[in-house]
Order: sequence, then C-alpha cells, then structure tokens
Amino acid sequence: MVSPATTERPWTRKDFLGIRGLERWELERLLDTAAAFKEVGTREIKKVPALRGRTLVNFFVEPSTRTRTSFELAAHRLSADVINISATQSSLTKGETLKDTARNLEALLADIIVLRHPSAGASQFLAERLQASVINAGDGAHEHPTQALLDVFTIREKLGRVEGLHVVILGDILFSRVARSNLHLLLALGARVTLCGPSTLVPREFEVLGCTVTHDLDAVLPEADVINLLRVQHERQRKEYFPSLAEYTVLFGLTKQRAARLKPGCLVMHPGPINRGVEIDSEVADGLQSVILEQVTNGLAARMAVLYLCAGAQGVR
Amino acid sequence: MSADLHDTFVLRGGRIIDPASGRDEVGDLFIQDGRVAEQAGAGPRAAEIDCTGLVVSPGLIDIHVHFREPGQSAKETIATGARCAAAGGFTSVVCMPNTQPTVDTPSVVAWILEKAAREACVNVFTTGAITKGLAGEELAPIGSLRRAGVVAITDDGHCIQSAEVMRRALEYARMFDLVTMDHCQDYSLVGKGVMHEGRWSTVLGLPGWPAAGEEVIVQRNALLAELTGAPIHCQHLSAAGSVRILREARARGVPLTGEVCPHHLALTDESLQGFDTNFKMNPPLRSPEHVEALYEGIADGTITILSSDHAPHSPHEKEVEFDQAPFGILGLETEFALFHTLLVRQRAVLDLPRLLALLTVNPARLLGLPRGTLEVGAVADVTLIDPAREWEYDVARSPSLSRNSPFHGWKLTGRAVRTIVAGKTVWAADEDRG
Repeated sequence: MVSPATTERPWTRKDFLGIRGLERWELERLLDTAAAFKEVGTREIKKVPALRGRTLVNFFVEPSTRTRTSFELAAHRLSADVINISATQSSLTKGETLKDTARNLEALLADIIVLRHPSAGASQFLAERLQASVINAGDGAHEHPTQALLDVFTIREKLGRVEGLHVVILGDILFSRVARSNLHLLLALGARVTLCGPSTLVPREFEVLGCTVTHDLDAVLPEADVINLLRVQHERQRKEYFPSLAEYTVLFGLTKQRAARLKPGCLVMHPGPINRGVEIDSEVADGLQSVILEQVTNGLAARMAVLYLCAGAQGVR
Repeated sequence: MSADLHDTFVLRGGRIIDPASGRDEVGDLFIQDGRVAEQAGAGPRAAEIDCTGLVVSPGLIDIHVHFREPGQSAKETIATGARCAAAGGFTSVVCMPNTQPTVDTPSVVAWILEKAAREACVNVFTTGAITKGLAGEELAPIGSLRRAGVVAITDDGHCIQSAEVMRRALEYARMFDLVTMDHCQDYSLVGKGVMHEGRWSTVLGLPGWPAAGEEVIVQRNALLAELTGAPIHCQHLSAAGSVRILREARARGVPLTGEVCPHHLALTDESLQGFDTNFKMNPPLRSPEHVEALYEGIADGTITILSSDHAPHSPHEKEVEFDQAPFGILGLETEFALFHTLLVRQRAVLDLPRLLALLTVNPARLLGLPRGTLEVGAVADVTLIDPAREWEYDVARSPSLSRNSPFHGWKLTGRAVRTIVAGKTVWAADEDRG
C-alpha cells in the first residue's frame, strides 16, 4: 500500500499545525496518502502496523466527539496506542500550564500529541517546546487542518479535481477555524472560493487572502460546484452579530427552495455537528447532493495520512 | 564648602545639545556639587571626562514605565527598573499606578517615593490613580495624592469608560495643576481583542483590537479637554486616527498631547505570525498604514513625547497560550536606540536635537518636572550618548527581573554610554562588559 516510491521527496515535518505555509507537493502528498489509506479501509482487515509501538495522546482541552473519535480510530488502524485526555480530567483545572501538562505527557513517552484547544496558536506553542509530533485538531479560530484535508479529499474524490472549481463556504467565517483551513487549502490547489454570510461574520478583510466575499447567497448559489456550510455557533455568538437564528435562516439557510437552484452536481458539505432547520433543512442534509456522512468516513483516512507522515518523519526515537 | 570630587567635574569637548535652551555646540559642561555650573569650580583640578565624539544631553526622561512595586516584585522592583532606566540613558522615570495595591492613597505614594529614594539609582516619580482601584467609577483622593507627591494622574492599564467620570476628574484635577494621562481604550469595541484587527488577525484567528477602539477615546478626550480646559495626555498612541484627531485638536489650541512608544514604530502586526507573546502589547502592534501615521505625527510635531511603556512580566506568565498571556514588554534599555535608529538614522524624520526634545524638555514641561535642561543651576542629570555606536541588545544581560523583549538580538545604532544623575555616574557602558 503506502510504501513510498524511492523517488518521492521525504516528508520532514514532525508537526501538522496548519494548512497555511505548507507547500503544494506536501498538500498533494497528504491527499494521495489519504486515498491509499481509504483503500485500506475497504479491506477485510482494516489495520496496518505502521505506528505499532507508538503512543498517541488525544489531548482535548475543548470538547469534541467527532474529531477525537476520528483521531482515535485512525490511530488504532495504524496500530498505535491511544490515550484520551480531556480538559476536565487534566491538571489544567488545577492551574497547571499547557506547557507543563504537555511536558508531562511527553515524559510518559507520548510520541504524538493531538491537541484541540480554544486558543489560536496553542498547537504551535506546544510544537516549539516538545520533541513529540504535535497535530492540530483545532486551535481557536485559527486552523483545523485535518478538517480541511478531509473536506478537500471528499471534493477531489467526488468531482475528480479541485483546480478550477467554485467552492462557496457559507456561515460564520469570522470565528471558524474550519473556514480558514479550507480557504488556504482550496486556494493552494487552485479552486475559486467565495465566502458568504452576514457581513458581521464575513468581514471584507478575508479578500486579501485571494477569495471573494459576498452577502448575497441567492446570487452565488447557482454558480457553486461545492457549498460547504458551517455551523452557526450559538455558544460563541453574541447577539450583536445577527438578530436571530430565524433571520439567519431566512437570509442564509440552505432551504429546500434554495437547494433546488443548485447545479445538479453541486456537493453539499458540512463539518458537523449540524443544526437542522437553521443553516440547513433536514431534506437537504439527507438529500442526494449531501456528502456530509462521507466527510466523516474520509476523516479517518485523512487523519491516518497525517499521523502516518508526521510520526513517520521522526523515525523511531 | 567641601567639594565632593564625584559630583564636581568637567564634561570636556562633547556636542552639548540642550533643547530647552536651544543650545547645540561643541564645548565643555561644568558640573559642580551636582549642578550645572557656569565654569570650572575653584580648587585643585576638577576631574575630567573626555566627551569627544559624544553628545552631552540633558538626562532622558520617560513618563510611562511600570516598576511593579508594590505588589509584583517578581516582575520588577523600583531598584531593578531604575537600573534598566540608567542603562538606557534615562535619569528620570514616571511610574504608572497599576501596582498592588494601586496608587490611590497617599500612603502608597509615600511608600514608593521613600523606596525610590533609598534604592533607585535614577529619579523615580510616580503618578496616582484617577479613580479608586482604577475601577473608573469613584474619584481617588486626587488632592491628597498631589500633596503626597504624584506628578500626574492616570488609570493606565485601564480606561475610564464613563465620559461623565472623566469629565469630573479633569475638572477636579485642574485645581491642582495636574495633567490627566489616559490609556485610550473603548472596552465595548475592543472586547477580548489581543491583536490589531485587520489582515493578520483574520489569518491568525486571534480576536481583533480595532484601531477605532483607541480613536473613539482620543476623540472623546479631545472634546472633554476642550470642554473643561484641562490638559489630557494620551498615552502610547498606536492608530492613524488618533494622530489625526490629535493634530486637529492641537491646531485649535485644545490642551491635548500624545506619546508614542518604540515598538509601535519598529514592528507591525505581521510579527504576530509566530504567536510569540513578546509581541503582545496593549495597544497592539498595528498595520503599516498606522505605523506610517505615527511617523508623520512625530515628524510634523503632533506627537510631542516619546516613552517606553516599560512593562515587565515574568517568563512563566508570558510562556502561555497567546490569548492568555499578559500584555506588555520591556522597553527602557532599547528605547533611545530604537528611536534614534528609526527616527534619526533610517527615516530621518527628526534630527538629534529634536529627538532629544521629545525625550527631555517636552515631558519635563508637560508634568512640571524640575528636570530636562542643562542650563546653569539645573540639577546635573546628564546623558552622554554615542550616536554612532553600533550594538546588539542581549536581553539575557538585562538588569530587569523579566525577559519579555521582542528586540533581543536587534542591532541598533546609537547608545547612551554614561548616565549621570545629580552629578553622579549611575551607569556607564563599559560596566556592562563582562
């Protein structure tokens, strides 16, 4: 399976902190490796020995079920040992610093630390201080690079390419690490990206990154090859950003009526968890164009690729 | 009279620049009994210091420092902060009141001034709080603070949000000829912001601190200074709109002044890409168009005072997630060299005499400090500067108790080589070698 050809450039990054700053060949290597691992998932025996004897710590300072489970399964399929630690179980609640908690994990000979943290830059902070591989599973509103990988992997798998496609990312962009990582990855691979949502949550500043910002969903809908909906995050939202969920739905909800105006082949994506009836109607979420559950499946392959390449880059310590 | 040999001497052959009197000439400066004298004192032979190639300046003055005592002496003490000042060529500093307890009672003022008299190698002045506990609600006992010796009032680190409270404070402080200094920050606009709101906050996903969060308060201050006739000094300005508002207000004679810190000229928000908390300060590093506006404001005389906002924090406090780290950086040791390198050498928006005015006579006059000049009879606070000296800042050798500088390893041009307070040398460049 994924035995790299001798002509391939060696992977040298021990950490996976974000999409921004990676070179195109690295992004393509990640996607190609994910494809190889997806094939492994179709076999009767789904496990490979690539990370046998390695220990992965899922260190989730912010709650998550989907991403944590996905990393855990990915690690198991690579034969790594897995420990899960959440914020409430960790000594962070006793006033220990992030640095000290992580150094303790490393002292227990963890090889890979998968970090989910509410502060932007937290995974970079750890990576600079630890020998272990640090994988960013979401840091504040900064990046969520494995989510972008699985999203773009899904697009590539379904539509056969990424270059030249028009991808609309819809919703709360300002507070979204998923939007940022997707934006970087899609632009790096030659897609056209439009960000859409309320003007308070989709500031014009994003345009300097090379995308288009619009607040008119109906105008952009018929042109989209992919529409990626973001969760409207009640828990972070304050009332001054938009008046109500009801008004949000009127202006930006992917209703049945709107979905009817999509191109026939347009993919409907969502990183989950979805708010049925808010950003997306139930019928659309469960409809033929929806690839929401395939995203989840592909998340496994994408995360296996990241773990395999980054942990493999270290050699045996 | 018994002449103390140590405070009677001649500074021989330097370029004497005294912006207060307009003097700029090569000559000898005589110091007798700790004061500037007309000529060499009588007696055997006064000691001489050869100042060939050096600038002889009034001792530099920084009206915005945090020396952390009382209450946070792990970060800095009055003694160590004063040594940073001396190493940077500063003979006088003005401390901010956000200590623990805050400087909102005469007893805290007395404690600081007594400790400074005993332990500090430079003149340490202090401000008092405008409001009790810096809470922005009830006035501190401003008259009593004045009697205890504060040289200005400010809630620095905090900003009075109520225009009414600010207005009454201004009116009240006028009775005592006290300048009100203000850290300009509208809390509702800034929220949890930790960096300039713009391109880089968009990329990094860090909460933005918009320029308007400062400008709104500078505009308020312009209106209130006009309404009350009381002077307001806007501290550490960072935004283009602030400079514009200040320029317009000053042109109409409103008693409003502004200061700028070196980091807001030397760095931009792009520096935050690495999430290094030594680049986290309040107000934040801004984008290039704001930095340009600060240069313009200094060049055209809108900005009349320069300061460091020296703000020590312990390594363990800074070595945390970016949004959880405290704001602020060390500044006194690199302050003069940064201003000189940026404003005089690189951008040539000021010549050296004008730069020195912003660091001596201007702050002294604003706060009524009996310092900032080399006229005969003045206290002999003198800084000898080698404007051609190339040097590299090594924060590991700082006299500070903290290490939070973004300028570690920077190569700078121009340096204070000797700092003299009331005729006594309190620091000399060669001392810090080995």
